Amino acid sequence: MATSPPKISAKPDVRANLAEPDRAPRDFPLGDFSYVAAPESTDHVTIADRYDLFIGGRQLAPLSGRHLTTLNPATEEPLAEVADADAADVDRAVQAALAAYPSWSRLPGSHRARHLFRIARIVQERARELAVLETLDGGKPIRESRDFDVPTAAQHLFYHAGWADKLEFAFATGRGRSLGVVGAIIPWNFPLLMLSWKIAPALATGNTVVLKPAETTPLTALLFAQICSQAGLPDGVVNIVTGGPETGAALVRHPEVAKIAFTGSTAVGKGIQQALAGSGKRLSLELGGKAAHVVFDDAPLDQAVEGVVNGIFFNQGHVCCAGSRLLLQESIAEPFLRRLRLRMSRLRLGDPLDKNTDIGAINSRPQLERIEELVASGVAEGAHIYQPACSLPERGFWFPPTVFTGVAPAHRIAQEEIFGPVLAVLTFRTAAEAVARANNTRYGLSAGVWTTKGSRILWMSERMRAGVVWANTYNQFDAASPFGGFGESGFGREGGVQGLREYLEFS
Amino acid sequence: MTIPVVLKTPKLYLDGAFVRSESGRVYQPDGRSNVPRASRKDLRDAVRAARSAQPGWAARTAYNRGQVLYRVAEMMEASRGEFGRALGGGRGANLELDAALDALVFFAGLADKITQLGGSVNGVAGPYFNFSMPQPSGVVFLVAGERRPLSPLVTHLAAAICSGNTAVALVSRSAPLPGLLLAEALQTGDVPRGTVNLLSGLAEEILPWVGSHRDISLIDCCGCQEHEWRSLAEAASEAVTRVLPPQASEVPLQPRLALDMTELKTVWHPVGI
Repeated sequence: MATSPPKISAKPDVRANLAEPDRAPRDFPLGDFSYVAAPESTDHVTIADRYDLFIGGRQLAPLSGRHLTTLNPATEEPLAEVADADAADVDRAVQAALAAYPSWSRLPGSHRARHLFRIARIVQERARELAVLETLDGGKPIRESRDFDVPTAAQHLFYHAGWADKLEFAFATGRGRSLGVVGAIIPWNFPLLMLSWKIAPALATGNTVVLKPAETTPLTALLFAQICSQAGLPDGVVNIVTGGPETGAALVRHPEVAKIAFTGSTAVGKGIQQALAGSGKRLSLELGGKAAHVVFDDAPLDQAVEGVVNGIFFNQGHVCCAGSRLLLQESIAEPFLRRLRLRMSRLRLGDPLDKNTDIGAINSRPQLERIEELVASGVAEGAHIYQPACSLPERGFWFPPTVFTGVAPAHRIAQEEIFGPVLAVLTFRTAAEAVARANNTRYGLSAGVWTTKGSRILWMSERMRAGVVWANTYNQFDAASPFGGFGESGFGREGGVQGLREYLEFS
Repeated sequence: MTIPVVLKTPKLYLDGAFVRSESGRVYQPDGRSNVPRASRKDLRDAVRAARSAQPGWAARTAYNRGQVLYRVAEMMEASRGEFGRALGGGRGANLELDAALDALVFFAGLADKITQLGGSVNGVAGPYFNFSMPQPSGVVFLVAGERRPLSPLVTHLAAAICSGNTAVALVSRSAPLPGLLLAEALQTGDVPRGTVNLLSGLAEEILPWVGSHRDISLIDCCGCQEHEWRSLAEAASEAVTRVLPPQASEVPLQPRLALDMTELKTVWHPVGI
């Protein structure tokens, strides 16, 4: 199993160890125990100078004639140029997907399954290459891309491959029909994983796909295009169009796209919902979040600290379901925060390719600026900021792990999605108050709760308005487990049998 | 001389009360009855009532919600004569009432099965107990439309509330009386106040305020015109409100109608000692 690091188990802890966890640093007789650099090698990864569009199984130069440059956010050095598709390019891709649709949708499910299994296998075989590329292009620590992103993407492909020949057993309402061409638009925080979340169920159910990766992280999708060719997937079943917002808008507006599957910001998601209003096109949205992470006084504190750290600092906090609001029961707030600060001071920020790195680079300059602006608002609105001593590399986009205490529910840092390594801490006294505070948001993607009392876990899980509730754990994902939000976090689910429904219609 | 018949004044049904429109306005769809012409404020009051009633209704056991729905069917059957007259009498009226009763009985029996039909235990690749369960979306707004005066209204209301949603419905404009009469069956059927609220009036006066209303969680456009659907869906995008499309024809009774008005929640817990 290879879900998210670090692993957290729910061993009920004894309450006794509320004692001061800080210990004076010891003098080790063996000398300096500091880490030395342990970079992952990159010599097995080839990046072309320039990438074209992947349409109908071929590399096609964009009709737009334009290209974008994708950077390594850890160094600000250009990695490659990728095509910037315009509406005519998107149309070509949709036509290719339409052309491929009749035979793909009529293929026996067992044959579609074999195609997907083969792709899943190649993703596993080329896992290290994909992981290094993901880290180079997106800035996330290699430990995460290697141990989480790529294995979980492979699992999604594997899981959905197995559905392709069992669709008639999935729903009581019958087999369901595929929709046609699915337009998939995905974000930059988990590029390959989000690609697999869209492509795997779409293909398993007999649809064909035009996928637009995020502007800043197109490279693993382009390698995935090569993998589709290597796997012998029929031409046009998967098409990859790189580009910016104009490319995405053209895909949304294309009259022959039957469904849009979007993961990204709430603002863009609302625009897509508006654009598709009354069109009859299917839509699934997986948007922003402002998850509450609730810790009760009986929680195993050391495990909860690990869970909270994983919840907010995983992938630099570029996670829609990040546990960005920590709700601490008043009686344990101080000891908890002491441990949290200590733990934060141990986080290693730096070269994403270094196998010891915990916090990598912020994905892009605009994202860094947004984080900086929101953090400044937190300071200006009177919350107390803590950042561990931490030196930032000179080049690249970086932001240190940050925690705010003394946060009021109305502060911007308690309401708006920051999408960075920034935690806002609030306190509560009763479980009812915790629920009220947790639900005091327009979002509803995820929530966390830490307590040793089983009945309280179930009580909280029922009442917190969130599509996913992690109890005594956080940031766990699995292809078999439906993921998706309430409220302004979007609609539709991805994963599990329920996720298949988004790609089928029933009469 | 015959004794004048005592006629019933048609009223809205808001928060368990039978009221006129706060605007004081009426319209005469059949040339005789003075039917309340609900205002924006009536809509607001109805949504507020539905929102306040929702946690309590959802907290009832599914078994209890099922019994309440069945009780509504009992009340309607007992009033077959009055519903028949409101539906214009004859065989058509009886068929329409029977369709409504079928829906109530269907969803009464679904209330305590919807978790099993929509939920799952998920075999994840790790030491976790992982399950998914449908939960009510919250407040449902329903446009019953003109196709038929009673059965689509009752079907979609029952589908909405059986899982723990509360609802506000705009009844048929041309034939509002059967829909408004439903209020009496709801009231005597022990449906808690605010769980269902019924408005009559002109769609163009009500719907512009529905799409962007932040206390409405889901809009069921089953009886909408195309243009009404489009504007509701456009406005709904402001708060990512869910919208169900219009239905051109009667769909068979099926659990999907209720499941489409739920949200799926997934819970993870580690397994260990």
